[in-house]
Amino acid sequence: MTGQNDAGEEQGSGQMRLRTLFLASALAVGLGVTAANAVTFRYAFQGDLNALDPYTLNETFTLGALGNVYEGLTKRDKELKIIPGLAERWETPEPTRWRFYLRKGVKFAGGEDFTADDVVFSVERALAPGSQVSTRLPKDVKAVKVDDHTVDFVLSSPNPILHAEWDTWYIMSKKWAEANGATKPQPATGKELNNFALKSNGTGPFVITSHEPAVKTVFKPNPGWWGQKEHNLDEVIFTTIKQDATRVAALLSGEVDMIEPVPVQDMQRIDANPTTSVMTGPELRTIHLYFDSKRDELLYSSVKGKNPFKDARVRKAFYQAIDIEAIKSRVMRNLSVPSALLISPLLFAKAGDFKRHPYDPEAAKKLLAEAGYPNGFELTMHCPNDRYVNDEAICQAATAMLARIGVKATLQAQPKAQFFGRAGASGGFDTSFGMLGWTPGSFDSWNVIVNLVGCRDEKGNGGPFNYGGYCNKKVDELAEKILVEADTAKRDAMISEAYKIVHDEAGFIPLHQQTLAWGVSKKVKMVQRPDDQILFYWTTKQP
Amino acid sequence: MLAFILRRVAEAAIVLVVVALLAFLLFRFVGDPINQMVGQDVSIAEREALRAQLGLNDPLIVQLGRFLWNALQLDFGISYRFRQPVMELIGGRFPATFELAMMASVFALAVGIPLGVYTGIHRESLLSRFFLGVSLIGISLPTFLIGILLIYLFAVKLQWLPSYGRGATVDLGFWKTGLLTAAGLKALILPAITLGLFQLTLIARLVRSEMLEVLRTDFIKFARARGLTDRAIHFGHALKNTLVPVITIIGLQIGSIIAFAVVTETVFQWPGMGLLFISAVQNADIPIMAAYLLLVAAIFVTINLVVDLLYVIVDPRIRVAGGAKA
Repeated sequence: MTGQNDAGEEQGSGQMRLRTLFLASALAVGLGVTAANAVTFRYAFQGDLNALDPYTLNETFTLGALGNVYEGLTKRDKELKIIPGLAERWETPEPTRWRFYLRKGVKFAGGEDFTADDVVFSVERALAPGSQVSTRLPKDVKAVKVDDHTVDFVLSSPNPILHAEWDTWYIMSKKWAEANGATKPQPATGKELNNFALKSNGTGPFVITSHEPAVKTVFKPNPGWWGQKEHNLDEVIFTTIKQDATRVAALLSGEVDMIEPVPVQDMQRIDANPTTSVMTGPELRTIHLYFDSKRDELLYSSVKGKNPFKDARVRKAFYQAIDIEAIKSRVMRNLSVPSALLISPLLFAKAGDFKRHPYDPEAAKKLLAEAGYPNGFELTMHCPNDRYVNDEAICQAATAMLARIGVKATLQAQPKAQFFGRAGASGGFDTSFGMLGWTPGSFDSWNVIVNLVGCRDEKGNGGPFNYGGYCNKKVDELAEKILVEADTAKRDAMISEAYKIVHDEAGFIPLHQQTLAWGVSKKVKMVQRPDDQILFYWTTKQP
Repeated sequence: MLAFILRRVAEAAIVLVVVALLAFLLFRFVGDPINQMVGQDVSIAEREALRAQLGLNDPLIVQLGRFLWNALQLDFGISYRFRQPVMELIGGRFPATFELAMMASVFALAVGIPLGVYTGIHRESLLSRFFLGVSLIGISLPTFLIGILLIYLFAVKLQWLPSYGRGATVDLGFWKTGLLTAAGLKALILPAITLGLFQLTLIARLVRSEMLEVLRTDFIKFARARGLTDRAIHFGHALKNTLVPVITIIGLQIGSIIAFAVVTETVFQWPGMGLLFISAVQNADIPIMAAYLLLVAAIFVTINLVVDLLYVIVDPRIRVAGGAKA
């Protein structure tokens, strides 16, 4: 640091000074100190950045961080629109054949040329055991190299959204992977450490120069990047700061330029601080409550021998008992957008056609009485307490609201590892009424309709995240058609129809989309996308 | 003597096995590690395959046997979350925790002993009462709160010291140290104070009561009668005699400083073993939890063993009793 200051002060004087300056800067370079006017962007997140192999963890933050280093055939722009990435353009000569024309003259950071071989290799690697990005490609897809810069993807059935998730299916260099013995993703149980685990070699705007898992990662711009630079950063340093209060303190004291997430209770302080502000925006994840409508006898309940949630009237009664505006204003401090659907309105064009069932405890009581529960009943509600924004508080509020219609719900809030352990397929869907949040990885309704709404068996085949086991054959039939329908208008109409069935029989209680909250220094300008990826290639900072 | 040592070592081994058993039983309740390892889109079949691969479907007794056998060879496997060998991860984090623990101990001793001596000699002075009052805070305020308060005062308001992390470190190859750079030393101050404050008050109070005790004894009175200076009496004779129990306590406290660094490390995002452990708990990363618990147990057992053996050397009565039984 001293070398750098000296260099700054001695500028603009005589010969001797110039020599000193030269010496000082030589010293600075020798010590690995960056230039005097280097712009360093520091950011902190509550979670860790672990393995750098882009196929071993399918998680927003990790994929976002690696999205500064790696690139897919497609990318998404500031508004989440699909734009060309490593592919310049693509076409579908037949419904089951997609042709991608690759960008020419692109090099990986390690110097390897980017060619069709790398794409074919990345397909194989993404589908290999241990890969977590395998869902981005159909299982039986065939990638065929046409020439060095053209690749065909041959499918067994039409798929209009084939490339929807390809912005986070990152292309890796075949040559480099082979040279580093890393042609397969790091398996979870392997004793040998994959070389990719702690190294990276992408085509993106940044390269990683040092990485200590879960501690600190340093990024530097990639001088050979093919694209148009939209940032002014010379260095980016990422650190994990788990503790909410410490993270906020680091932002307030100027030690970091950006933090995520901002605890709800600290937002005012960050806004009040002259050098920082909170950047909010809609998030894609939709939080909902689910009912066990599959079992013949409801678990953890006073009702014996039958399952009240099989009756749509009971579900609707629960729905209408929830005062979503109160949850928004009291629990979420207005940082939520109530939702009538299980998908964000940003991801479905016709979302505006749907309105939530109105909050009406009287109507709810009537519905319960009609269904044969004039005095309500007792049950246990299961929620995570460290997964979503204010998850436990939302559930607490819900139990209080249900009490007003005579339903005595006892809340059991658990850490996510335990909650998902019991509520998911591995725990045998062991809950009767609970909370789940979902972002469709493909940003498309089909994902929601299959994963959350599709009929499932006891093991979870069918709709693996349909924790309550809601089932309507008509919706399943629609889902099959939606998958292969290429006409957008027809497709949207069918999606609407499916959502309408679920809405009318109150299969779920959609609650809201959370609001993203980033704490940002006023020196920094960032782009906040609703998918919550932190992409600093659009970030500028005043030096 | 040999029989005594052997018996103690055997007892230590039993303690470790019990800890391993308890740890293993606890892991039944930490939740589903698979869910933390995979993304939401991963299919049920793939999850099951992973579960089988990790051996989580085997009968409990088989899993236990495998766990103990591997632990015996110091092989704790690969972390579920980091995909790296656990021993490497813990080894890489140990220097951070060790340096923090040492600085905290030094701080506790350097401030605690003079404080204890002063309040012991000047029992009734206002300053003593003030120190004792403040030391109550050190005992009663939770570490977490002290850490946050220090961060707000010194990092946010005054901006003198960093609020998180280790600053700059120098890699010596086998040991990453923060002691050789100015930034590293600055980063060490707040966490070391936070971690050491409780020990400080403990030591100050211990030294004080020992001083009071010693100052009442006959040899001090004789020393006074001989006309020795206060200084010689207090520091040359009294303090020396108070240090034996203090040293014992400090030895035993080193174990708990390392073990209880968890909270301090979390508050200051100090990249040590404790922080690794906390994130392992959140992610149900069983291999890391197992290794950490056993390591902490081993540290405690070793320190106790050494203290026991030292007692034998210092106190002949124990030796006789032990020898008589054997």
